Amino acid sequence: MPTPSFDTIIIGAGLNGLACAGRLAQGGAKVLVLEAADQPGGGALTAEFAPGYRVDRLAHLVTHLDGRMLSALKPEAHGLNWAVKSMPTTVLSAEGRHLTLTGAYGASAPGLDPREARRWADLRARLLRHAEVLRPLREITPPLPGKGGAKGNVVALGKAGLALRRLGREEMQEFLRMILINVHDVTEESLTDDRLRGLLAFDATLGAFLGPRSPNSLFLLWHRLSGDAGHIRWPSGGMGALAAAVTRAVEATGAEIRCKARVERLLTDGDRITGVRLEGGEEITVSRVISTINPRTTLLDLLGAREIDTGLVRRVSNIRMRGTTAKLHLALREAPEFLGADLRHRLVIAPSSEAVELAFNAVKYGEFSAEPVMEIMSPSAHEAGFAPEGHHVLSIVAQYVPFVRRGGWDAGARDGLKAAIMARLEAHAPGIGALVTASELLATPDIADRHGLVGGSWHQGDLAVEQMLFMRPAIGIARYATPVPGLWLAGAGSHPGGGISGAAGWNAANEILGAA
Amino acid sequence: MKDTAASTVPGPSSRTWDAVVVGAGHNGLVAASYLARSGLDVLVVEKNEWIGGAAVSRELHPGVTYSNCSYVFSLFRPEIMRDLDLPAHGLQVLPYESGAVFKRDGGYVAMYRDHEATRREFARHSPRDAESYDRYSRDIMRYCRFIRPLLMRTPPDPASFKLRDMSEMAYLARHFLALGSEDAAEMVRFWTMSISDFLDEYFENEAIKSYLAVSSIIGTALGPMSPGTAYVLLHHYMGDVDGNIGAWGYARGGMGAVTKALASSFLAAGGTIRENAPVARIKVREGRAEGVVLEDGEEIRARRVISSMDVKRTFLGCMDPSDVPAPFLEKVRNFKSRGSSGKLNIALDGVPEFTALPEGSPCIQGDLHFTDTLERMERAYDEWKIGRWSSDPFQDTMIPTLTDPTMAPPGQHFMSCFVQYCPPRLEGGREWTENDRDAFGKAVLDQIEDYAPGFKNRVLHVEVRTPRELEAEVGLTDGNIFQGELTFDQLLFNRPVPGYAQYRGPVDELWMCGSSTHPGGGVMGAPGRNAAAEILRGMKAGTTKKTEMRDAYPVI
Repeated sequence: MPTPSFDTIIIGAGLNGLACAGRLAQGGAKVLVLEAADQPGGGALTAEFAPGYRVDRLAHLVTHLDGRMLSALKPEAHGLNWAVKSMPTTVLSAEGRHLTLTGAYGASAPGLDPREARRWADLRARLLRHAEVLRPLREITPPLPGKGGAKGNVVALGKAGLALRRLGREEMQEFLRMILINVHDVTEESLTDDRLRGLLAFDATLGAFLGPRSPNSLFLLWHRLSGDAGHIRWPSGGMGALAAAVTRAVEATGAEIRCKARVERLLTDGDRITGVRLEGGEEITVSRVISTINPRTTLLDLLGAREIDTGLVRRVSNIRMRGTTAKLHLALREAPEFLGADLRHRLVIAPSSEAVELAFNAVKYGEFSAEPVMEIMSPSAHEAGFAPEGHHVLSIVAQYVPFVRRGGWDAGARDGLKAAIMARLEAHAPGIGALVTASELLATPDIADRHGLVGGSWHQGDLAVEQMLFMRPAIGIARYATPVPGLWLAGAGSHPGGGISGAAGWNAANEILGAA
Repeated sequence: MKDTAASTVPGPSSRTWDAVVVGAGHNGLVAASYLARSGLDVLVVEKNEWIGGAAVSRELHPGVTYSNCSYVFSLFRPEIMRDLDLPAHGLQVLPYESGAVFKRDGGYVAMYRDHEATRREFARHSPRDAESYDRYSRDIMRYCRFIRPLLMRTPPDPASFKLRDMSEMAYLARHFLALGSEDAAEMVRFWTMSISDFLDEYFENEAIKSYLAVSSIIGTALGPMSPGTAYVLLHHYMGDVDGNIGAWGYARGGMGAVTKALASSFLAAGGTIRENAPVARIKVREGRAEGVVLEDGEEIRARRVISSMDVKRTFLGCMDPSDVPAPFLEKVRNFKSRGSSGKLNIALDGVPEFTALPEGSPCIQGDLHFTDTLERMERAYDEWKIGRWSSDPFQDTMIPTLTDPTMAPPGQHFMSCFVQYCPPRLEGGREWTENDRDAFGKAVLDQIEDYAPGFKNRVLHVEVRTPRELEAEVGLTDGNIFQGELTFDQLLFNRPVPGYAQYRGPVDELWMCGSSTHPGGGVMGAPGRNAAAEILRGMKAGTTKKTEMRDAYPVI
């Protein structure tokens, strides 16, 4: 059934799909967004996991929401409220010697001894300065190395170059020294407090297939900090409410969003896109399709390897998607007691950089960490509506957990993983196990199955330096366009990557509109 | 080594040398030779009673010569060999042809100098990998071709506005952009990825992959799954023997033959070498180096001091901290030179029989390995991280005397076992003891015995070297064989530390020419040559003789 009223189809109504739709619709395109799930949001999703207990199903914190999208679509006018605009982080200690960092990535860290506090202030300032150099790159189509690569982006690229120069001689040299260094060495050079060193190691490697000793790992921390200067936000009502507000804002631009509409096939005529076929057989004819789902799924499954050349097929097959992260959701009959830590903070269990590295060892060999490191967030500590009165929920992101487990992911393996996470929690919140009334474990393959995240990779492709910028998702398709006229990529798999952000979708829309 | 100490050196206070070079390793001698050939009056001081640094051959068992540290020859720049006329001074290189990795199931994978032979061998294990080998070789060669010209250039300071730095940056940019957009992107990807991921894109057979990964972890405190290891592979591939890129050979008579030839060339050019002359301190007055003080108190005056020691030893060990700017010292303290390698040198009464190898296989003359999966390599690295030597170590083992019989009496052999990983200090920061060292040696010998039953019965003598021995004898801080790790934060303009990549120290007339400087370690000679070029460039025209200094040969 042809639907001539649309000229653009966007596959996937996650933040990137929504951002792209909003931008294109404002630019005059007639946009239809097709979402396979029964509601928009993608990785921004709040759901009930046990009767009366709700939790952010996947992402549970916001470190970077694209500023261009916020000002152009104004989701705040459509109901987006921030319950927390700058969430403190507490690094938990099993002895109760917690370390709390407040403000933009630890602007203040009262628990440090004065000398360490000075060292931290220096390092933090340096990290933020370096992250600031990268910031303009987030908002451009990645320039290619080589002739003509920077076309259209000369301004943004120039800005980045200028920011680098403006650091001054000494600081620019440090930037170039540290760009591919590992985070472990940096913490060892600059800090002595294991809690702080553990936190940096954890934040740099969160969601990555890297340990703190892996070269290039500091870059991922810069990447994180280049978003919102280290502020961590959480929307009132959870991620689902954020997605709903953005959805309303996008609908206000005239774009249409259809849920429970899974694209089964990209249709081509000769070598250009003519539309899509949905599960169930419905065909929709358009001249432009923008996919925000996994680039490999898009190109090899929906389009088909026959439609692109073998070099690109190989590159797309080689995109590494190795999720290392599991989620555990706990329903608790009362507030857990983390030896005095404030439950409204982001709680991190990563006792030292070495501990994070040891946890990473396992995943290299297809095993999960016996002593996982984790980030804990409790929505019920902030707002009602997530658990019955007096009860609580915890949302836990734990790593390292492999997608392909040696020996398979049977029930016994899942029990073992859950026990490993619970043992770490119990060590930091004695008695917590007895408070649990219900739980839900999403091991890496569960996250893959339920959310279409190939390999359990939240970013639709590992965040790693060799898969960033002009190498993301793969060389040859890094500028959102594909070799197939009319087909574009705009998901987390593309520059600048995932997170609850929308930046990739917005950049792609700019590129499509020729407004970049 | 001819005795130069007694005959040619005049009394301590009577003379001011044009240059004193600290350390008679290959880089010190290369720098010294170029300077001597330019007419400078050069003295090399060496702490040991022998010369050679880490390119040294010593007879520790009667009649058997070891290559005690470095053990194979490939990276040494052919341009330097010709400039300094080393073949005329006795340097001969014998290429070796092949090698093998032994599998735990009793099989083996061989590799030959001949591309087609290797391809056929790979086909025996995986037809797909044999196909991929062509593509792999082509891609690696492309990266080698890119990097080789950079080895003999002084890195620019990207943060500087000096004309020279900016034009060198422009050169680098042109060199890079000449690749074309896709190739340039592929190369950035290659530099930043792990060898494990890189090989996964070509090969499926684990033993083949572990053979090819060997060069990426030698001397490196990283596992094959660490990003950046693909570059280390290149660092070992970019050498050649007689124009065969990536080929490796033996220096006839052991690696000491390299430094012997260099010393001979240096002496012929009028230079002077003093052994048994350990430097206690580099003397600085009013911001200018003016000589060295030996441990026995003797002062040697010189117009410039050139240190071929690693930067930690130079600046933290041999200088008065008040002579060096504090920020520079801080950077040197942060320079990473964690040792990760050990070595066994073994005198053998006969050739060990490796059960996996067919009778008469040429592979026994090459490099032998006992690690048949990347996982085993990576697990060996995991132990290093927590301060243990690998219980299932990775070895690069060879028997040079099968190719070069000059190193041992008939029927006897020298076996060189290079071992990853071996930490500079043990768990909890504990120093090595003799017992630890022996236990480490035993783990290595046991592994060989597993693949060559009866091997241990042939052992006449073993020299076991951990980072502790390397530091004590050769002077390498923490036993790092490259005088500093080869990660990007310590390469190119970052080597040894940002702002000081042009061989100049933080004090006037104090120069660096060791492997701590660009382009890094291996018996390459490029740091010594580049440092000499910088020194000569800064001297007034007419004060030096014109000497031959070739630019890098292109790769054809």
